[in-house]
Amino acid sequence: MCQQPTNDAEKQPSLHHARRNFLKQTSALTALALAPSVVMKAAEKKLDEKAAGFFEQKTLNIEVNGKAHQLSVEPRATLLDVLRENLHLTGSKKGCDLGQCGACTVHVDGKRVLSCLSLAVMQNGKKITTIEGLQQGDQLHPMQEAFIKHDGFQCGYCTPGQIMSAVACISEGHAGTDNEIREYMSGNICRCGAYPNIVDAISEVAKKGGSRD
Amino acid sequence: MLLVKWLKKEAPVINFDYVKPTTEQNALTACKDPLAQFIAGGTNLVDLMKRGVTNPEKLVDITGLPMSNIEQKGDNIFIGSLALNSVVAEHELIKKHLPLLSQALQAGASPQIRNMATVGGNMMQRTRCGYFYDLSMPCNKRTPNSGCGAKEGYNRMHAIFGASDKCIAVHPSDMCVALAALDATVLIANGKLLRRVPFKDFHKLPGSNPEKDNNLLKGELITGVEVPINAAFAQHSLYTKIRDRASYAFALVSVAAALEMNGKTIKDIRLAMGGVAHKPWRLTTAEQFLKSKEATPANFKQAAMLALKDATSYGHNQFKLTLAPNTIVHTLHTLAGI
Repeated sequence: MCQQPTNDAEKQPSLHHARRNFLKQTSALTALALAPSVVMKAAEKKLDEKAAGFFEQKTLNIEVNGKAHQLSVEPRATLLDVLRENLHLTGSKKGCDLGQCGACTVHVDGKRVLSCLSLAVMQNGKKITTIEGLQQGDQLHPMQEAFIKHDGFQCGYCTPGQIMSAVACISEGHAGTDNEIREYMSGNICRCGAYPNIVDAISEVAKKGGSRD
Repeated sequence: MLLVKWLKKEAPVINFDYVKPTTEQNALTACKDPLAQFIAGGTNLVDLMKRGVTNPEKLVDITGLPMSNIEQKGDNIFIGSLALNSVVAEHELIKKHLPLLSQALQAGASPQIRNMATVGGNMMQRTRCGYFYDLSMPCNKRTPNSGCGAKEGYNRMHAIFGASDKCIAVHPSDMCVALAALDATVLIANGKLLRRVPFKDFHKLPGSNPEKDNNLLKGELITGVEVPINAAFAQHSLYTKIRDRASYAFALVSVAAALEMNGKTIKDIRLAMGGVAHKPWRLTTAEQFLKSKEATPANFKQAAMLALKDATSYGHNQFKLTLAPNTIVHTLHTLAGI
């Protein structure tokens, strides 16, 4: 099941643009116009920032959808960004990026969590499942089949998160009634309002005896 | 959520150092730096860092410490500070002895967040006041002495009890309301001895220094909470949460209630409210009034009026002056089965 680790470090895109954005926004630039001592401090800070880029990478070993990866990440990188930008698994969506919408839901060691509020560096040694890891070969996961059958989406942006949450909702034992499904799916927002069909899809899979994870 | 509207720009997270100690002592040492912070679930801290509200220079990841156990110790239930909110809510010991805590936890956040959030982190979460989150607005809690945007601003979610001129924010936790009602004790390590703080004294009122949410000192670490077992309360307890939508929203007001009945008479009672103050708000006057009285609608109404005696509104949250007593009465009615 678990393949050899691959070193994905070299595939990583530069995060320097993010650092530049930050520098633009700091008061350091305003301070440049004010006092020489402040200028020195600002310059040092800038140098520190650059130097930090070489030292702050942390080694991260994670297994994603059955495949082991060794990565080098900055502490500030979220699991969502590492999945999407480094591993190119773009199924998990960045909706609000603030833990309010659920579009980024993935499973970590079998538990559903929000990958946008998870620091990647804190997931060392953990097993991650994303929407890409649910199907087996060409065979869709029963929950994916059910979402298609019941039209459980319109634009589809929230769907990967909905499905990851739905699979967990059943495995946690919280899909007994439609009301229970609604309560335990409350962390996944759908702006298209496909809720009734999502509940139908989950209810059907639950009644068929759950689903494999 | 409204907060999305308030978010004006995306503030990239400033980089920081990250360490993951494996012993309590190393964790305490690592967190001695002035700008170091502990991180566990990160559901609030990472959010605050993304918005630029908090900018720690070092994060000390404490998830490697052995502090997630839940067990009965004599007449108490001990809950480790790293126990996940979802695990505590569904734990057999909690459901049996502390159903009020289980209910409160289930009422909070979403399943995904409960799978990440810890007991200690829940206690340490910051207010969700929109002015605290909005860097373009004044906020004494975020930037001391910058002013309070909420007092004369959009303060629908804000406090009706115990606020100060400096801050009218509320503590957003549901779990903490139940723990305050159940007379829990917070266990705190500081490297030398274990400090024990009554839960109701852990969080503080804003006063003149709203930047401090609680009485935890720098260099201290919450190791767990201890909650006394009370068989009568376990039989009769209820958490009522009123919010803008059916689930996954912070409380407008909430009530945690536990009753010990002797026939129709209330032998003992615990009452606390959420969404109304800078800390979980124990209704001690109402508790005193109801002790040894009959569980009647008139007595419940009288108790709710007493509880609201010192309440103040700030405009947009005036509805809470009606909603709060109604929620108290409703909760007690439901609990007493009348």
